[in-house]
Amino acid sequence: MKKLDFEELKHNPEIKPLQVLDEDGKVVNSNLMPDLSDDELVELFEQMVWSRVLGDRTMKLCRQGRLGFFAPTAGEEASQMGSNFAMSKDDFLLGGYRDVPQLVKHGLPMWKGFLWSKGHVNGNKYPEELNAVPPQIIIGAQYAQTAGVALGIKKKGEKNVAYTYTGDGGTSQGDFYEGVNFASAFKAPALFFVQNNLYAISVPRKAQTAAPTLAQKAVACGIPGLQVDGMDALAVYSVAKQARDWITAGNGPVLIETLCYRYGPHTTAGDVPRRYRSEEEEDVWLKKDPLIRMRKFLESKGLWDEDKEKACVEAANKEVDDAMQEVESQPTQTVTELMQNEYVVTPPAIQKELDAYQAKEAK
Amino acid sequence: MAKMTMIKAITAAMDEELAHDDKVMIFGEDVGKNGGVFRATDGLQEKFGEDRVFDTPLAESGIIGLANGMALKGFRPVPELQFMGFIYEAFDELAGQMARYRFRMGGSRKFPITVRAPFGGGVHTPELHSDSFEGLLTQVPGLRVVAPSGPYDAKGLLISAIRSDDPVFYCEHMKLYRSIKEEVPDEAYTIPLDKAAVKREGTDVSIITYGYMVQESLAAAEELAKDGINAEVVDLRTLAPLDEDTILASVKKTGRVVLVQEAQKQAGVGGQVASLIGEKGVLYLDAPIARVAAPDTPYPFSDAEEVWLPNKQDIVDKVKETVNF
Repeated sequence: MKKLDFEELKHNPEIKPLQVLDEDGKVVNSNLMPDLSDDELVELFEQMVWSRVLGDRTMKLCRQGRLGFFAPTAGEEASQMGSNFAMSKDDFLLGGYRDVPQLVKHGLPMWKGFLWSKGHVNGNKYPEELNAVPPQIIIGAQYAQTAGVALGIKKKGEKNVAYTYTGDGGTSQGDFYEGVNFASAFKAPALFFVQNNLYAISVPRKAQTAAPTLAQKAVACGIPGLQVDGMDALAVYSVAKQARDWITAGNGPVLIETLCYRYGPHTTAGDVPRRYRSEEEEDVWLKKDPLIRMRKFLESKGLWDEDKEKACVEAANKEVDDAMQEVESQPTQTVTELMQNEYVVTPPAIQKELDAYQAKEAK
Repeated sequence: MAKMTMIKAITAAMDEELAHDDKVMIFGEDVGKNGGVFRATDGLQEKFGEDRVFDTPLAESGIIGLANGMALKGFRPVPELQFMGFIYEAFDELAGQMARYRFRMGGSRKFPITVRAPFGGGVHTPELHSDSFEGLLTQVPGLRVVAPSGPYDAKGLLISAIRSDDPVFYCEHMKLYRSIKEEVPDEAYTIPLDKAAVKREGTDVSIITYGYMVQESLAAAEELAKDGINAEVVDLRTLAPLDEDTILASVKKTGRVVLVQEAQKQAGVGGQVASLIGEKGVLYLDAPIARVAAPDTPYPFSDAEEVWLPNKQDIVDKVKETVNF
């Protein structure tokens, strides 16, 4: 694997998408081929298949009214799973609202991810050892907080990173710049991912900024920036892994732009993509499907076949079914419980309200 | 025990807490080597090191986001916003994030953050330095808003705020920084959050106030005493959530209320106190609830502060109106 020169990338960001596999699953850049065992390659692909199933099932469950809010992930499996695969469980994840799959693979039980969709507090009760926060709705806020988590990691002398995700639209936010710049000024171990899926709801990427790439925004903060083919799991993994190694060596943050596409709507809240993008464009990107090229690559190495695919899909479906059972057996939320979670020490005025609700709920 | 100004008392509180808990981190714009634009953090970086007391880039949202992130890694951040007028830059990280984080995570994390910010008029600052924005913050569930009215309270309340496992927004009135001195114990002590204080006992009327207006109200009470009017002065200290018991006990005793705030009438905390009394203490009243507040304009040009800011005379006049109702 060829080492990326991150020092050089501070001055000259990589603005052509780095690739390992082409659309046919052929290796086009063996220099960047990650050092993964056959088992690890299979595991990475299993996670991508799992994520596709999770997304499809979540869409259906939302349509049935059994889940609530969902931001589709189909098409972003390489970007999401490839990057997350390069991280450690001790790294701290601050995802956006589309980044539930990474969260689940980082250790959040799937049923809790579903409860977040449904709007139930139990989905956001995170065990102490889970290094993550719930999906962030305020676009950019996760970036500013990532700088803080990263500085905390640095002050504790830990050899980990704080990693975060936003979309192409999110790069226009002030908190995007502030977060990256703070992490840079403190030389804090933060890894910033921009998942550029070409649209922020209906607004095309080109309407966000005249900058030819989003990766080059790293230059404004004096950190390395690079663009990677976000439909190529091996390229995303490779770049993320190298960036993580460089960051944990004490060199400061890195910004990675993954060039990808979401096949579904923005969210399940009534977005109709055909209002703002063409069938022709969607067809072009369907041919770039990250699952197709990774599947072909693994098949060519004799590591994948139809039976394995079927087993993987079945296992994922079973996991979704089990998770939904857990979701549907959750108790109804109460106002007193919500109020009890608000403060460590409840102020007397709030306690009075709480007592009144407790009396009401006891009736 | 030494007589000291409020700014010295605030520095002393941070000094105590930096020594008391190595998770306490102080940061903001110019708080390090410079010791803060008001010298609030004077000498702290020299004593505790750049790891504990440090400057940040000039970006308020970044500062509060940094505090939220550091709290997630188990630290006890004490960020400073250089002037409260700059909270608009940081409002999401304050109100949208910090205040609700514990709630949104179902109580599974804590956010022991104390945000310090100077505010308040009478010192001829430029635009958006003196505005009383505490009312915006008191409407945010999950946040405690604290405002000391003098040196002794300032130290005890700040130590309590920093030791609190919940987020606190700590409002420091600039005119109080050096205008009065009080006896302040050398050692660490705490003043409970969520508790108002009766700063002057009285029987005829309750003046309910906070911040610098406590000093104006106490001066007004002395003048009123000459006319035989015995005013009780209640200092809210914690502006949200309110100490209902102390407020209602005073109103019950006196039967008359004048709410005094420096903020515009449509802002501040007075409306919320009036609503509380209307809800739970209306039968104690012998006269309508009266209010002293600034005019409903943006904060004035500095040369107009004198005619705009509420003062002792406004309080005296309003109390007399209420007593003679």
